[in-house]
Amino acid sequence: MEHLSAGRTADVRIAGLSKVYAGGVAAMADVDLTIASGEFVAVVGASGCGKSTLLRILAGFERPTAGSVEVGGTPVTGPGPDRGVVFQDYGLFPWLSVRENVAYGPSRKKLPKAEVAAVTDRFIAAVGLTRFAAKYPSQLSGGMQQRVAIARVLANDPSLLLMDEPFGALDALTRTDLQAELKSIHVETRTTVVFVTHSIEEAVYLADRVVVMTGGASHGVPGHVQAIVPVDLPDRDVTAPAFNEVKRQIAELVHTAPVAA
Amino acid sequence: MSTDVATVPVAAAVPTAPAEPEPARRGRGRGRLRTVLLGLPVPLLFLVVWHLGRENEWELPFGIRMGFLPYPADVAAGLANYVAGIRDDAFSNLLWEDLPASALRVFSGFALATLIAVPLGVLMGRFNTVNSLFDPMINLFRPIPATAWVPLVALLIGYGDQASIFLITLSAFFPIVLGTVSGARQVPERLLEAARMLGTTGVGTLLRVVLPAAAPAIVNGMRVGLGLAWVILVLSETTGVPTGLGSTIFLARDVVQTDQIVVGMICIAVAGFLSDRLLMLVVRVLFRDRPLIK
Repeated sequence: MEHLSAGRTADVRIAGLSKVYAGGVAAMADVDLTIASGEFVAVVGASGCGKSTLLRILAGFERPTAGSVEVGGTPVTGPGPDRGVVFQDYGLFPWLSVRENVAYGPSRKKLPKAEVAAVTDRFIAAVGLTRFAAKYPSQLSGGMQQRVAIARVLANDPSLLLMDEPFGALDALTRTDLQAELKSIHVETRTTVVFVTHSIEEAVYLADRVVVMTGGASHGVPGHVQAIVPVDLPDRDVTAPAFNEVKRQIAELVHTAPVAA
Repeated sequence: MSTDVATVPVAAAVPTAPAEPEPARRGRGRGRLRTVLLGLPVPLLFLVVWHLGRENEWELPFGIRMGFLPYPADVAAGLANYVAGIRDDAFSNLLWEDLPASALRVFSGFALATLIAVPLGVLMGRFNTVNSLFDPMINLFRPIPATAWVPLVALLIGYGDQASIFLITLSAFFPIVLGTVSGARQVPERLLEAARMLGTTGVGTLLRVVLPAAAPAIVNGMRVGLGLAWVILVLSETTGVPTGLGSTIFLARDVVQTDQIVVGMICIAVAGFLSDRLLMLVVRVLFRDRPLIK
């Protein structure tokens, strides 16, 4: 992988966060979470536990009903280029080539043309798509499209990277490749990451801490943070007994019956 | 023995693989020829019936008296005269005055309609307030046929090019605005989110996401609008403009030269068809091979 300049990075402070949808459906209640600058945090939980809502509030796509969210000391009031989002369905612009998609963010910042081109080429190379720079998203496989989406967000130099089940639609082999790539990108950029996933193994493999959420509208209890599990493993060997011990511990927490509020 | 069994299907597959596309391609060529050939009998039959009907002065339902028609051959001669002046009469070579005059009206009206309809349609498609403001008015005016506008336009604007272009603009406007509204409404929410989190704001979202995502629907609306512009042309040239494909049809009626009336109809059909091709060519040049949302 080509060298990436160390990106910006920010801490996250979430306090008393609640979200009630129209019709009174409480998706999430009283979520407190502090994330250190440069930390990689995974959020796991069953469907409907509010983990995606939490991410969308961090992105600024949704407004919380109560509570506060600060990224790098600034309250979140709407979407912005300081918080890059990688979606499960990629969200690439179909009418733009790979290069144009990646250049989209830097171009919006009105950087000089040469600089936009340099940044774009660097991040396309970083995800191994240099040969495909002139292709359109529909000409690429799912894994390649997600690589473009990651490059597009990183080229924008965000201080917080939000990933909403980014590898959920990919086959198992592509998924492990991208997990490894993401890990080395994070080691190099030290950008703060919030990574929402269904897969406990993926969470333990990638994250410094795993946030377990339970509850949700279908349980009659709003989604909330059940536990936060630090992953203190020196290396992330998915076959090691210690790795599986952490996995088992988190799986138990995910399946804990939520306590009625 | 068992290795033989394993290699047989592989060996068998090798020669058939390159042979496969050959009959498929020939089949496609034959299919195109078939399409062209199948397109011929009905128009030819039409010409024959036309000629026989004229010669024998048939009377058809609706009180159609075919004796009043020109012969197809006369129309062909009239067309040649209109285009290349083979006779020496009032209509010789006139196409080269009429066509530019009419095309200018059609394209001015069409361009004006597009310039108003696309921005308005984008705003209506994206903002409920704008939609609520304009939607009732548009639906109220849309069913009024251009014919019904002619007397009022004659009083308000008078006779001439302005009245003609106004009628064309009015007719082309509605399909373009409706196409744009539906295209702007169907922009995937995900793309708007992606644009916003990458730092796009306000008008930028409309220009960089809504407009390209709605482009296919806008182009469809424009094609319908351009077609209508040619349909309305004849009517719009009843406003007393001296030259144009439509006004020449009325001149031909006044001097009872039926072959020239049909020649005018044919020229409008061809001009309408060619301008649709031209529009699609412009679209292709603009978008090249960019995939757009269907």
